[in-house]
Amino acid sequence: MGDVIVITSGKGGVGKTTTTANLGTGFALLGKKVVLVDADIGLRNLDVVMGLENRIVYDLVDVVEGNCRLKQALIRDKRYESLYLLPAAQTRDKNAVNPEQMKVLCNELRQDFDLVIIDCPAGIEQGFKNAIAGADQAIIVTTPEVSAVRDADRIIGLLESEGKHNPKLIINRIRPNMVRKGDMMDIDDIIEILAIDLLGIIPEDDYIIISTNRGEPAVASSVSAASVAYKNIVRRLLGENVPLMKIEDNDGFFSRLKKVFNF
Amino acid sequence: MFDLIQKLFGKDAACSKDVAKERLRLVLVHDRADTSPQFMEGLKDDMIKVISNYMDINEETMEVRFAHTENSVALIANIPVNHMKRGKRVVKE
Repeated sequence: MGDVIVITSGKGGVGKTTTTANLGTGFALLGKKVVLVDADIGLRNLDVVMGLENRIVYDLVDVVEGNCRLKQALIRDKRYESLYLLPAAQTRDKNAVNPEQMKVLCNELRQDFDLVIIDCPAGIEQGFKNAIAGADQAIIVTTPEVSAVRDADRIIGLLESEGKHNPKLIINRIRPNMVRKGDMMDIDDIIEILAIDLLGIIPEDDYIIISTNRGEPAVASSVSAASVAYKNIVRRLLGENVPLMKIEDNDGFFSRLKKVFNF
Repeated sequence: MFDLIQKLFGKDAACSKDVAKERLRLVLVHDRADTSPQFMEGLKDDMIKVISNYMDINEETMEVRFAHTENSVALIANIPVNHMKRGKRVVKE
């Protein structure tokens, strides 16, 4: 019996889909059998981030409506044999599925997979309710911005009222030079406000854009800072005690000085 | 001059992250109270329990709400008192 994890945030554009793709690929790299579920019906994107957009025949709504068997809708990843995607429907909307159906779907998936990772749509309406319905655990992605942290706080409250306790936080797109200057909230600021457990931090990294352009999740194709950060999170989720990544300041005066003098 | 040195080394006197944190703190007081329907009711019920040890109040007309100013939030409670109880009554469990 596998675990069902939902990746959520409230606000759009903070990195839910990127996080889903990278954590899923990270688990597959360690030999886990993983399925990624795109719950963003009508606005599917996990397929393009994974580079699997040309292989879609059936989708989540087809499965729920009984137009195909679950196995027919699952797409195997290009590179990793143990990694699968269940794509969202693009021509339907959030109301095509209900929370009860999602619970049934998640329970069916967990029979065959070590991990079921659900990419939740932005917002707090039907799509959110569907995405969290079958999950054992929630991971909240936020960025160090007022709007994203505020929405994360709202999501924590909503998860609580749905009986999903102890969500874990990922702080994405941290810019070390701005944190150093006091122009970006740091990890402690955000944890103090939201008062939930920190699962990991991801530094801002150009390589995420490059890997998304190519449809190859960063964890699989690079040793960039974000890639290492995602690998650390995967290991933490598997129960390892991995210390928080040291956020390196790449364009600060002192780090340039350090590089020049090589210390 | 000191400001200039601070700026050179990237330490702005008024850190914008402190502004962000303060604004978040205030907005979340509002959000958390508003979005949880049980929150204000629970608070009201608990207040009634405590205050009733000391006086009879009019629960029907009592009012509990948040008042906002530019940089603070206050909890305002308007609780009509019917009459005071004699001395302090401590309810023993």
